[in-house]
Amino acid sequence: MITLLARDLKLSVRSGSTIFLGIAFFLIVLLLIPLSLEPSRPMLIKLAPGVLWIALILSCLLSLDRIFNLDLQNGILEVLTISPLPLEGIVLVKSLAHWITTCLPLIMLVPLMGLLYNVPNDTMIWMIISLLSGTPSLSVIGCFVASITLGINRGGLLLSLLVLPLYIPTLIFGTEVIRRSLDGTSNVTPLVFLLAISASSIALLPIATGSAIKINLN
Amino acid sequence: MSLWKYTNPNKFMKLTSKILPTLSILSFLLVFTGLIWGFFFTPDDFRQGSTVKIIYIHVPAAMIAINTWFVMLVGSLIWMYRRHHISSLIAKSAAPLGLTMTIVTLATGSIWGKPMWGTFWAWDPRLTSFFILFLFYLGYIALWRSIKDQQKVSDLAALLCIVGSVFALLSRYAVNFWSQGLHQGASLSLDKEENIADVFYWPLIVTISGFLLFFITVLLIRTRTEIRLRQISSIIITSRLN
Repeated sequence: MITLLARDLKLSVRSGSTIFLGIAFFLIVLLLIPLSLEPSRPMLIKLAPGVLWIALILSCLLSLDRIFNLDLQNGILEVLTISPLPLEGIVLVKSLAHWITTCLPLIMLVPLMGLLYNVPNDTMIWMIISLLSGTPSLSVIGCFVASITLGINRGGLLLSLLVLPLYIPTLIFGTEVIRRSLDGTSNVTPLVFLLAISASSIALLPIATGSAIKINLN
Repeated sequence: MSLWKYTNPNKFMKLTSKILPTLSILSFLLVFTGLIWGFFFTPDDFRQGSTVKIIYIHVPAAMIAINTWFVMLVGSLIWMYRRHHISSLIAKSAAPLGLTMTIVTLATGSIWGKPMWGTFWAWDPRLTSFFILFLFYLGYIALWRSIKDQQKVSDLAALLCIVGSVFALLSRYAVNFWSQGLHQGASLSLDKEENIADVFYWPLIVTISGFLLFFITVLLIRTRTEIRLRQISSIIITSRLN
C-alpha cells in the first residue's frame, strides 16, 4: 500500500501540472473575490473563512475526476482490484494521495491568504486547524463520488453536481470554527463535529467506494 | 403469502391495475374536499388573515417531499439486499415526484413568506434544508439519466441514495447549527398542546391524506411505466438475438 501511495505521489509530482494548477486556481479565486467586492479591511476579515473554504473546495473539485480515471484508462484499476490488497485500503490510499497533492499545498498557503485578507494571527492558526481537520473528509467524499461517476462520458459536470451537496456539512462546520474564533467565542463544538465527520467518513466511505468500483468494473 | 410476492413484476402489474382506479378517484376526492374545505369553509387566522390558507398545499407537499427520499432509501436498501428489480424502479420513479414536491413547497413557501415575513426568501434553516434536498434530488436523477446500463445504474444509484441520506440528514442538523430560523413551530405533532386549532387541523389532515394517496397513485403509474420500458427493451434485445 505504501508502494501504491508512493506511486500515486510520484505520478502527480512528475506530471507536475496538477498540483500547480490547483494552487493557481486557488490563488485566482482568492484574487477575484476582493476584486468583485469592496476591499475594505473589516469586510475582508468577515469574508475570509467562507472564501478560504469555498476556494479550497473548488480547487479540490478540479482534481477529483483524475483520481480513478487515468488508472481506469490504463487498466491499472482492474489490476488493483484483483490484487491481494483490500479494495477499501486501495481507495483510502488513493484519497490520501489526493489529499497530499491537492489539499496539503493549499493549507500551506493559508498564511499567505491570511496576509491578503488581513486576518489576525490567532485566527490564522484556527484556519489551519479547521482545514487540517476538515479536508480529509473532502478527499474521501470526493473519492466516493469519483468512483460512482467512473467511466461516464463528460462525468465532470455530474461529479460536481453530486459532490458539492455532500460537502455542505463540512463547509458549515469548517467555516463556523473560524468564524467563532474571529468572534472570540468558544469553537469547540463545531470543531468536534468537523473531526467527527472526517473520522466517520474515513472509516465508512471507503467501503461504499470499493463497492462502487466493483459495480463499475463488472 | 407475504408482501414479497408482489416483487414479481407480473403480480405487481396485476395488483396495481386492480387498485389504481380506486386509488386515483379516492386521492382526487380527498385533495379536492380538503382544499375546498380549507379554502372556503375555515375562518381566517386572526394574525395571518387569509394567507394562512396556503398551508393546505404547503404542508402536505413538504411532508411528501421529505418522505419521498425515505421511500427511495427503503427501495434502495431492499434492492441492495434482496435484488428485487421493482424496489429499485420504485426508487427511480419516486425521485422526480420528490423533486416536484420540493419545488411546490419552496414556491408556496415563498408566496406565503412574502406577506408574512416580508421576504420571498430568507436563509432560514428549513428553507435552506429544502434547497439542499432539491439539489440531492437533482443529483440522484442526473445519475439515473447519465448511465445506460440498467443493472449498473440501479446499483450505483442505490449506493448514492444510501450515502446521500446520511449526508442529507447531516446537512439538516448542520444547517440548524448554522442559523436560527423564522419558521413557526411544528404545525402537527403528537403532542396535542402544540397543534394548530381544530378548525384548521381537520381539513389539513384531509389534504395530507389526499396528497399521500396522490403520491402513491402517481408512483405506481410511473413504476408501471418503468416496468413496461424494461420489458420492451428486453423484448427488443431477444428479437435482435434471434
